[in-house]
Amino acid sequence: MNEFFRRILFLPEQASTVSKDVDHLHYVIISTTMVAATIIFALAAYFLIRYRRRSETDVTPKVQGTLGWELLFIGLPLTTFLVWFFIGYHDFIRMQTPPRDAMDVYVVGKQWMWKFTYPEGPNSIGVLRVPVGRPVRLLLTSRDVIHSFFVPAFRIKQDALPGAYTQTWFEVTTPGTYRVMCAEYCGLKHSEMWAEVVALSQEDYEEWMKQQRQGLVARRDATPSAPEELSPLTPARRAATYDAQQPHGELMYAERGTLPERGERVAAAKGCLRCHTIDGTQHIGPTWLDLYMRRELLTSGETVVADEAYLTESMMKPLEKLVAGYEPVMPSFQGQLEAAEVAALLEYIKTLRSARLQDVESRGPVYEPIGGE
Amino acid sequence: MNPSAESSQPAITYLNHETSVMSWLLTRDHKRIGVMFLVGVIFSLLLGGIFAMVLRLELLTPGPTLISPMTYNRMFTLHGVIMVWLFMIPAIPSAFGNFVLPIMLGAKDVAFPRLNLASFYIYLAGALLTVFGMLWSGADTGWTFYTPYSTVSPSALTPILLGVFIIGFSTIITGLNFITTVHTMRAPGMHWTRIPLFVWAIYGTSVIQVVATPVLGMVLLLVSMERLLGAGIFDPSRGGDPVLFQHMFWFYSHPAVYIMVLPAMGVITEVVCAFSRKNIFGYRMIAASTFGIAFVGFFSWGHHMFVSGQSTFTSGIFGVLSMLVAIFTAIKIFNWVATMYGGSIDLRVPLLYVLGFIFLLMFGGMTGVAVATTSLDVHWHDTYFVVAHFHYIMVGAVLMAFLAALHYWWPKMFGRVYPERWSFLAAMTIIFGFIVTFLPQFLLGNLGMPRRYYQYPQEMQWLHVLSTAGASLLAFGFGLIAVYLLWSLRYGPVSAPNPWGSRGYEWFSGSPPAPHNFTRAPSFEREVHDYTVPEAPRVY
Repeated sequence: MNEFFRRILFLPEQASTVSKDVDHLHYVIISTTMVAATIIFALAAYFLIRYRRRSETDVTPKVQGTLGWELLFIGLPLTTFLVWFFIGYHDFIRMQTPPRDAMDVYVVGKQWMWKFTYPEGPNSIGVLRVPVGRPVRLLLTSRDVIHSFFVPAFRIKQDALPGAYTQTWFEVTTPGTYRVMCAEYCGLKHSEMWAEVVALSQEDYEEWMKQQRQGLVARRDATPSAPEELSPLTPARRAATYDAQQPHGELMYAERGTLPERGERVAAAKGCLRCHTIDGTQHIGPTWLDLYMRRELLTSGETVVADEAYLTESMMKPLEKLVAGYEPVMPSFQGQLEAAEVAALLEYIKTLRSARLQDVESRGPVYEPIGGE
Repeated sequence: MNPSAESSQPAITYLNHETSVMSWLLTRDHKRIGVMFLVGVIFSLLLGGIFAMVLRLELLTPGPTLISPMTYNRMFTLHGVIMVWLFMIPAIPSAFGNFVLPIMLGAKDVAFPRLNLASFYIYLAGALLTVFGMLWSGADTGWTFYTPYSTVSPSALTPILLGVFIIGFSTIITGLNFITTVHTMRAPGMHWTRIPLFVWAIYGTSVIQVVATPVLGMVLLLVSMERLLGAGIFDPSRGGDPVLFQHMFWFYSHPAVYIMVLPAMGVITEVVCAFSRKNIFGYRMIAASTFGIAFVGFFSWGHHMFVSGQSTFTSGIFGVLSMLVAIFTAIKIFNWVATMYGGSIDLRVPLLYVLGFIFLLMFGGMTGVAVATTSLDVHWHDTYFVVAHFHYIMVGAVLMAFLAALHYWWPKMFGRVYPERWSFLAAMTIIFGFIVTFLPQFLLGNLGMPRRYYQYPQEMQWLHVLSTAGASLLAFGFGLIAVYLLWSLRYGPVSAPNPWGSRGYEWFSGSPPAPHNFTRAPSFEREVHDYTVPEAPRVY
């Protein structure tokens, strides 16, 4: 019966724990409304024939609505609709309340891709791997405009808002690959913003996570000196050729350590430290020590605060706002740095604070108690 | 065919007492203003329809077919903007409301004839600015202008926002004018309980227009400020809230659905009575449910935002309140069908559109209840199910009622009759075409096809092909109507003053009416649509 209705209503497979309950209510509502609509329409058609005009001078009786009829007209739909509402709201509350033991995955929507981050470390673009039979809570946010995370097979959808985290959850019942789409219009390639959820058995998932962790450890052990060690990042560029009809373009790499740690390695690998120092000594470019939020005088005579926007602009268009006293020699890193690398560099620069601003030990209150002797 | 055909036709009508171009452009006659609005909204329908057809053709294949993604995104935006603000909102109140409302009340004109003319020019100015904006650069935000996309979108959206803002003033002025007219311009004997239900519907609509439209104006100005000045109201990086826009937008745009649908329901009530030759079943309930919908419509905007991150409790409240709208609609549907009971039913083209209306409203309304069921809406939100739902209830209702009104009042407006058979064929084509266009979209929504998609998975293609086929039928039907109505304007047989034998009050005046509607003061000694005793044909 379930399968029959699912097929004639063109619903996708039911792969999560809530999907069956949602569908069952769907069947009830659709069949009831179909039957009711048919009855009303058939009644109208019957009247059309039974009371068709027989002569041009027909006189019709005056039939007024009575309170009884009107109460029936109100009461019948009201009762039905409220029953549906309460069943639906009961399911909705369940869908909105993640179980306590759910595992978390962070989801970032961005024009036009979905990025997933596991607390254990691995990141991926376009593919979300989850274990079957375990609730998964998604913490969603957006880098730019509003996106909406939609998995038809799970019957879930949740908007991803910039500047805020929203959540949704699901528990997959059947292993397989399920389509993720963006349901909130988000610009030119809205319809290409696809991803997939790969539901693995518990064992397969553990095995995959173990491999990811091994990668983490292995790379952390490697000496962070040569630029080659950043090569695991290159699949990210492959993700740019993301195919809408066939969502794959998977990227699997491990973030090693915190963002500032990564930023330090990026700075070394990209040659930033050939010109910028981190200890306050003057060199070819301004020092990074205390750079963040510093007020800089530009060659144009204006001043600018070195916030994230200015620092990012300086990486991409170094000659646009040149700090006074320095030669215009810095090359553009437009296209050389990934968004994640920019973020890592920014976080690294933010940590470079000189001692006079921090590490000052508190010596307790210096005032004397007021009043008294 | 009608015994009243021999009765006197006023020699001087609103159409022929002055014929210069300036006499039309500077007229204060509500009938001429109504006709000018009619021309305006039909042009808008044509423009929006052409966009719709291109969109449907683009969706024939899963990948690129006809136009680029950017063009597609701009086209669905303008299709929405034009259809909502330039066609559906003014279609019935501004065109037919203007024409028949004062006549139904026994008035010579509306309360503020000059403001009435101004409202047309404001509409025209807003429409031209919108069209200018789309020719200049186009907008790709969808007609809902959701932030923050609308504040960062590279296209020049501002002229379109301002165009819609200006059109809003036209809506407010028309609403104020109708409210004042109903209160102050009723002829002696026109008690509140005698007011035709079409007038009640327009009155209820006007209240929503006056209360809700300023909110739209505010939010459009805020988006413009955000774009031009960087105000930061919707920008989270500066402490703004991107969802705030949705609350403000739907606070207007949800009641706006009833700005479109309520007048349509008013038309349907008139037409059902006229062709069933019956008084309406439950006059008070129909009038009361109009205000029920108008009132509850203000408290259900949050059902557009079940998955936007609003609280679960809030979603529940909005879900229940949305159900109430369906109750009031159900009352109306039951009463229309009950009106047919014991009648003398003549299945003419306007009544055929009424049947189409009831069918679409029923399925649209029922799917509305399904969408208000919170758990189901999570899957359906922003999919083609919603697209199909609102096309059924909103577009279906407005279109069917618009065509019913056009055919019902055509002889009243122009004194000519259109060819019966052609109009029947066109009506069947349109109703059938509409169902074929949008029924597959419900199934597409179930499959998980999100709205505003340029590309889609292969397995959804055949449903899209079916939908496009339906759209082509629709286009053919409209073409047919255009041909025979234009033909009838010039060559159609002269109509009797009351070709349908209707007892609606608007038929007290001549067809077409005299310049000030009545040549002598009408008297309302019976209730509207009272068919219990034979009545001598009369023209005031």
